[in-house]
Amino acid sequence: MALSQKTKETLLGPLSANNPVIVQILGICSALAVTVQLKPALVMSIAVTIIVAMSNVVISLIRNTIPMRIRIIVQLVVVAALVTLVSEVLKAFAYDVAVQLSVYIGLIITNCILMGRLEAFAMSNGVWDSFLDGLGNGLGYGIILVIVAFFRELLGSGTLMGFQVIPQWCYEHGYVNNGMMMMPAMALILVGCIIWVHRSVSDKK
Amino acid sequence: MFEKLYKIVEKLRPNFEEGGKFHAFHSLFDGFDTFLFTPNTTAKRNGVQIHDATDSKRTMIMVVIALIPAMLFGMYNVGYQHFLATGQDAGFWATFAFGLLAVLPYYLVSYIVGLGIEFTVAQWKHEEIAEGFLVTGFLIPLIVPINTPLWMVALATAFAVIFAKEIFGGTGYNIFNVALITRAFLFFAYPTKMSGDQVFVRTEGTWGWDNGHALVDGFSGATPLGKLATSEGVQVQITNTLGNQMTFLDAMNGLYPGSVGETCTWAILLGACLLLFTGVASWKTMLSIFVGGGLMAFIFNISGIENAAATTPWYMHLVLGGFAFGAVFMATDPVTSARTETGKWIYGCLIGMLAIVIRVLNPGYPEGMMLAILLMNAFAPLIDWFVVQANIKRRLSRLQTK
Repeated sequence: MALSQKTKETLLGPLSANNPVIVQILGICSALAVTVQLKPALVMSIAVTIIVAMSNVVISLIRNTIPMRIRIIVQLVVVAALVTLVSEVLKAFAYDVAVQLSVYIGLIITNCILMGRLEAFAMSNGVWDSFLDGLGNGLGYGIILVIVAFFRELLGSGTLMGFQVIPQWCYEHGYVNNGMMMMPAMALILVGCIIWVHRSVSDKK
Repeated sequence: MFEKLYKIVEKLRPNFEEGGKFHAFHSLFDGFDTFLFTPNTTAKRNGVQIHDATDSKRTMIMVVIALIPAMLFGMYNVGYQHFLATGQDAGFWATFAFGLLAVLPYYLVSYIVGLGIEFTVAQWKHEEIAEGFLVTGFLIPLIVPINTPLWMVALATAFAVIFAKEIFGGTGYNIFNVALITRAFLFFAYPTKMSGDQVFVRTEGTWGWDNGHALVDGFSGATPLGKLATSEGVQVQITNTLGNQMTFLDAMNGLYPGSVGETCTWAILLGACLLLFTGVASWKTMLSIFVGGGLMAFIFNISGIENAAATTPWYMHLVLGGFAFGAVFMATDPVTSARTETGKWIYGCLIGMLAIVIRVLNPGYPEGMMLAILLMNAFAPLIDWFVVQANIKRRLSRLQTK
């Protein structure tokens, strides 16, 4: 299936040029909270991607029947239902990760990216486009989370996905894990660095 | 001699100008040239400008000179603590030489890393080399424990120079004191290397000299403040390395474990005199820190709070740990402190009070000076804003009554 220019833009735009985290600066809170390790960050990314895509589809389907004055409440109900579903699935099949993520799965409801996409895109676009838009934004959010979590877990705990990466030899010769990486402050600085790199690359174009 | 040096510099100059052989290093050349000689270019004489014979490089050098007593004493103390811990009698020169050898690598690392970044950024942005790191690089070795691994100091210096200075626009634009950010990075990233009783005394040798001695009985490498924070009872027991009681004069003399430059209050006061005499630092900031700190400690003394740090006499708080060093050399940094004259009183007072509050009420942080200064650095612009607004309001009301 060849993608048209517009479809491509909808799906791939949020990955870099229109990234929800580093360009629109949305969803920063959860990006700081769940990126201490790579595994929860990955699960969180997948969960958000699914929820944005599905809620975009649902809202797009009923967009013409939602009364304008109560649309935020309707959107919230849809998102809340999906978040509860994902949360239950995680508890059933990946209990330890669900415990690690604790309240942050539930707090996806308040994630600005979701409300932003529903308001800005799903309320005025077709079902297929809305689905792609949600997918793209979820992935754009996920990429940043994974990059931040990669550096935080590697430098903060010396592991990746829970496996020891930095060899024992280094620790014996005086290497120490960086405790600063475990703090949300450092995640914010990392996000700042990504924005720095991203802007200096995209400004050159 | 200076004329000869001047002639050499002038002879080399064409090589570094546009089209010269070493144009790539022009900012390096420029940096050293203006370090040695006052630049002969001044601002254009149109409009009203304040002219002064001195420039920021000359000002910075004054701070470095003021730090030298604290540094020399710090080196001696490093050696003294080492030989005390290993139970040897080494004599004055051997003691000083040991400390010199132990501290020197920190100076090398801090200057190579910091100036390296500074020069690279200056070259890259086609700017002149800023002189700010001259002081920062001199401060960093004085505010870390003597057992901090060198690579950590290098990493922290790089972090502080890039994230606390360069991204804000370089020297003169930073919000936070760069040397303190270096220490804060070390403190939060590698807490085990920055506090406790293992880090403040060099028990091993340095450069292979004097390795492998057994420690004497009753030795404890914790700083007096560290002991206060961990002590259980309310009894005030300020003790030195060997467990002997310390008097006020002992604390002033500074032969106790701590970060390299912070222990001897006499040496710090000598530096303070120079800074005040030359007008580099503000006496209002300095004085108000001591007043605020003393007052807060006195309040804790009479408050009846039962912990060792609260019952420590207020005058001891002012001479133990980094309080005096921070007050004289860190808080008075003209870039990060409050700039209005009334603001300096408020700023200083709050630093002193907060430092004591952190020391007394949070046993996790035996030393509150670093955090207090950094916190007030963030609030300095706000204090200035209120002072300016109050002034505007006062003058407005004067206008309206007419």
